[in-house]
Amino acid sequence: MSAAPTPEAHVELADVCLDFGGRSVLRGTSCRFPRGAISVILGGSGAGKTTILRLIGGLVRPRSGRILVGDVDLCRLREHQLYEIRDKLGMMFQGGALLDSLTVFDNLAFPLREHTDMPDREIAAEVERQLGSVGLADAGGLLPAQLSGGMVKRAALARALVLKPEILLCDEPFSGLDPISVKKIEALLCRINEDLGVTMLVSSHHVRSTLRMADQIVLLVDGAAVTGSPQGLTSSDDPWIREFLDDGPRDARIRESGVDADPERRPIL
Amino acid sequence: MTGLIRQLGAWSVGFVEELGRITAFAALILRAVVTPPPRIRPFLAELYNLGVLSLVIICVCGTAVGMVLALQGYNTLVRFGAEESLGAVLGLSLVRELGPVLTALLTTGRAGSATAAEIGAMVRTEQLDGLRMMSIDPVHLVVTPKALAMIAVMPLLSALFIVSGLFGGYAVGVGLKGVDAGSYWTSLESNVTFADDILGSFLKAGVFGVLVGLVSTYRGYTCAPTAVGVSTATTSTVVVSSVAVLIADYFITALWGS
Repeated sequence: MSAAPTPEAHVELADVCLDFGGRSVLRGTSCRFPRGAISVILGGSGAGKTTILRLIGGLVRPRSGRILVGDVDLCRLREHQLYEIRDKLGMMFQGGALLDSLTVFDNLAFPLREHTDMPDREIAAEVERQLGSVGLADAGGLLPAQLSGGMVKRAALARALVLKPEILLCDEPFSGLDPISVKKIEALLCRINEDLGVTMLVSSHHVRSTLRMADQIVLLVDGAAVTGSPQGLTSSDDPWIREFLDDGPRDARIRESGVDADPERRPIL
Repeated sequence: MTGLIRQLGAWSVGFVEELGRITAFAALILRAVVTPPPRIRPFLAELYNLGVLSLVIICVCGTAVGMVLALQGYNTLVRFGAEESLGAVLGLSLVRELGPVLTALLTTGRAGSATAAEIGAMVRTEQLDGLRMMSIDPVHLVVTPKALAMIAVMPLLSALFIVSGLFGGYAVGVGLKGVDAGSYWTSLESNVTFADDILGSFLKAGVFGVLVGLVSTYRGYTCAPTAVGVSTATTSTVVVSSVAVLIADYFITALWGS
């Protein structure tokens, strides 16, 4: 009986070491993120979850190791060359990182105005479509400061998607949200992954959401990465890993659970 | 003793390293200036923020300084029977020194600190990283328009400060102390020369604009992403810019005069 073929890695970290202020955060960390899959990076506070996303975005440089996006090693690129790679990436920041002087509409329109030749009418239509898809159809005229936490996350998600990236990096998309909002964001991410085939890397310490939505979990333990499927890791022989993941319910994944993925059908968060 | 020398060495190395980083940052701004597309709209917005919104403080302070100078100048000149030279005294003091220097210090306090705080807040809320992830260079979009606007507004604000000061001095000297109006303007016109004084004044203001623009944007751009980091960047912008302006003033005066 032959082994199942290893899925193609869209993003890969190889022997990555990184220090912050004399503290070693990543110590020879290696992990692969399959194309088209949802990979969730789990770990305790300060384990390096966000750092891995920032490394992949080229916002932080490692001390050593390789970071491959496709077959390009980001560590060999200069800053202006990184901008070409970032065209393939979208990033949803933990705090949204929306430009606070612009309305939500303009935040989404901004990258389109910068990087495309689309006329204003088409840009407006695309922005409205994206806002509608995340349930913010009526929020285009608001400033980021006027949004709730859940709305900020969804606006940030819409902006990250507006240039149709191949890879979506989501930094703590569930932090600070109530359980219903968490499920809505989960459902949105799963729907985007299924509809667009986007490779998703999600950093989180929300174990229940992770077990519901992840195709692959990367668990950061003492600067090293343990990779596996949700089922595989929850039945791991390692007691620390089992304890870490014990918080999650053994319910079905969200894709099969029938959670409402259409935010238009319910009131905005 | 060796500890003191070691500390002095470390401080010197740190100072040179910081100078190197600021120079590299200036090179990034220069490259952004010649990189398309030109950021006209952000530049105009910054001209408004840094220039137009500074008009009132510059006019008020310029007038007040001119009035005080006239009062002090008159009281001294009148002892020698030279009160008719009040215009020349005010003109030379304001055009050569007080105009550009005080304008730079006032602009640092009002606009330089605001620039550092605004960029620092964008660092803290990851807005600059957000731009990078959208393949937009934050130096090109955010930093360069602010730095260029600072360079552009400084000579204009300095000129306005000087004019306000001259009118303030006129109000006190002519209106209050009874100096002849014709003598005031004649002595001013005959003693202030375009090549030596006006051009030198504009040169100073331009250099001060470069210094304040560079320091304020650099401090904001490199600040720690914390509330304390933003606060420190704002404070150090005012301190470093002010000291740099005063030191640069000495060297420009020495070189231009010679």
